[in-house]
Amino acid sequence: MANLVIRDLVKTYDKTEVLHSINLEVEDGEFVVFVGPSGCGKSTTLRLVAGLEEVTSGSIEIAGRVVNNLEPKDRDIAMVFQNYAIYPHMTVRKNIGFGLRSSKAPKPEKERRIESVAELLGMTEYLDRKPSQLSGGQRQRVAIGRAMVRDPAVFLFDEPLSNLDAQLRTQMRLEIKKLHQRVGSTIVFVTHDQVEAMTMADRIVIMKDGHIQQVGTPSEVYHQPANTFVAQFIGAPSMNMLPGRVTDGGRIDLSTGGSLGFGRDLPEGREVILGIRPEDLHPGQGSAVIEGAVNVREPLGHETLIYVGTSSGDVIAKADGRTPPAVGEIVRLGAATETMHVFDAQTGEALA
Amino acid sequence: MAAIDDTRIKPSSEVLLKSGPSRPPRNMGQVLRFLLLFAGGILMVMPIAFMISTSLKWPHEVYNLNFIPEEPTLENYTYVLEDGRFYWWFLNSIIIAVITTVCSVFFDSLVGYTLCKFRFPGRYLVFIAILSTLMIPTEMLVIPWYLMSQQFGWLDTYWGIMFPGLMTAFGTFLMKQFFETVPDDFIEAARIDGLNELQIWWTVAMPLVRPALAALAIFVFLGNWTAFIWPLIVTNSVEMYTLPVGLSSFGDEADVAWELIMTGAAISTIPTLIVFLIFQRFIIRGVVMAGLKG
Ligand SMILES: Nc1ncnc2c1ncn2[C@@H]1O[C@H](COP(=O)(O)OP(=O)(O)O)[C@@H](O)[C@H]1O
Ligand SMILES: [Mg+2]
Repeated sequence: MANLVIRDLVKTYDKTEVLHSINLEVEDGEFVVFVGPSGCGKSTTLRLVAGLEEVTSGSIEIAGRVVNNLEPKDRDIAMVFQNYAIYPHMTVRKNIGFGLRSSKAPKPEKERRIESVAELLGMTEYLDRKPSQLSGGQRQRVAIGRAMVRDPAVFLFDEPLSNLDAQLRTQMRLEIKKLHQRVGSTIVFVTHDQVEAMTMADRIVIMKDGHIQQVGTPSEVYHQPANTFVAQFIGAPSMNMLPGRVTDGGRIDLSTGGSLGFGRDLPEGREVILGIRPEDLHPGQGSAVIEGAVNVREPLGHETLIYVGTSSGDVIAKADGRTPPAVGEIVRLGAATETMHVFDAQTGEALA
Repeated sequence: MAAIDDTRIKPSSEVLLKSGPSRPPRNMGQVLRFLLLFAGGILMVMPIAFMISTSLKWPHEVYNLNFIPEEPTLENYTYVLEDGRFYWWFLNSIIIAVITTVCSVFFDSLVGYTLCKFRFPGRYLVFIAILSTLMIPTEMLVIPWYLMSQQFGWLDTYWGIMFPGLMTAFGTFLMKQFFETVPDDFIEAARIDGLNELQIWWTVAMPLVRPALAALAIFVFLGNWTAFIWPLIVTNSVEMYTLPVGLSSFGDEADVAWELIMTGAAISTIPTLIVFLIFQRFIIRGVVMAGLKG
């Protein structure tokens, strides 16, 4: 059963359309991550679902009801904000209990729920502290706890980890994922960090300029990107993009020189872009694609990134960490054809 | 390695230099700054010292501008405190200052919050209109107020004295600015949790601007405690006088009894000191920031 259904959702601010017909179904218990560059409309989408902004057109259904005209509190959602939004003048217990203020449950029942949420988050011993006496990670746990006590149909997270330092972020990422596995709630999570998206999501929604670019599992968006934007947004370092043209028999002539047999059916004469991830491109392996001099080396330990100069800029490849080619050395980079992606040069859509 | 050692030595040696027990002033600039501050301090303390000194003098000595009274006396205090009218005025002033303070802190923050956190047509216009009243001096408003009070029969009543100060443009402006520091996330989170807008204002936003409320309370209390022109005009009967109006009436047409006025003034500073002491401990910075970031 779909828990959250978004249909033809449009949002306009003073005549500027910032969301263009968003469609999405989120299954019960699913962890969906919205990812995209800043300003692409992720927060707007989330705020529309939460009821903090008014829908311009389209519909939002939560747990089988259209909620377009419901107040946020009646939508059966809870939201965790980037700034935590926990109140400095209240104790942790009060902050967590704040989510229950409008609930009609008897007081002992509320207390019990606060305690059990605190226990789940490992915050029991901090219940009577004020937020100023907590670390950043603990504050974010309080914010999550406040959302959890309400036991909503859908949890909404808007970049909840971006105020934490890198180490804590990795840790909280894991904790949220574990929490999701334990509680099994439906989560819509917004981030601009593709690593967060890849590591946490059941399904990723990639957005750009108010459009959904692709919806898929982490593996799908990584291995079968729908277009050049997704291809370059997911994965680090970004996918190499080499312009070329299809010649007879499915070969591609690259503008950087060289040509390769692709073995897939491609329309002859079409201008295309060949995409190869740095992790698939190695010196002296597979079918050779590019030849050039090593400009820069970035040792990462077990492997080394090498930047190889070509007529259309540097191409990044991965070399062995122990015996990387020297700077200035001419290398031939190759990749297995099944790891290559071909996109239409005009539209950027994936061709094969 | 060498680089790391360098960075370790530098900050610590600087700390050593800085943490001497009492450093002499570094240069002329600093000396000058201290002198200026000292002069400013003297300037502030002078009138207070003079007030107390005058209150300890006999009438014949008042116009000798000596600081130390030749024959110090508490006679003035006894006189003022034994005069029954003083207590009336004191009570009037307390009632009026407390009610106006409570009202204007309440209304100023309510309106300031609305102007800050809600988007509605005409919001900017309302704000400008409120601000523009700051440019009209009280002296100009006194006559229209008086005529209005006369029409409504408010002359010589508490309400008549208080009504102009129940809401202030300055306070509204101040509170609007302070509510800008309350993150919208806080308000939206409360909205999701099902609070109505008044509850959000009262339970979430107000506690976060407590320092501003305290500052505003001090300003408004002082302003009303010392208000003179309007209470003077709107009151007729001696029992309705506020303290400043009452004090100024000491003496007769021929002679102003400065020693009594100064005595009353000295006594009347006590409540303002109390108000300040109560509220200043709420003025603690950074309360809002504690809920944000790590
Ligand atoms: N209240 C608003 N008024 C006008 N434009 C807005 C408002 N909120 C967001 N926008 C615009 O909508 C677009 C999407 O914003 P947002 O959803 O916050 O992006 P994201 O969260 O993906 O960074 C941006 O171009 C932003 O400028
Ligand atoms: Mg955002």
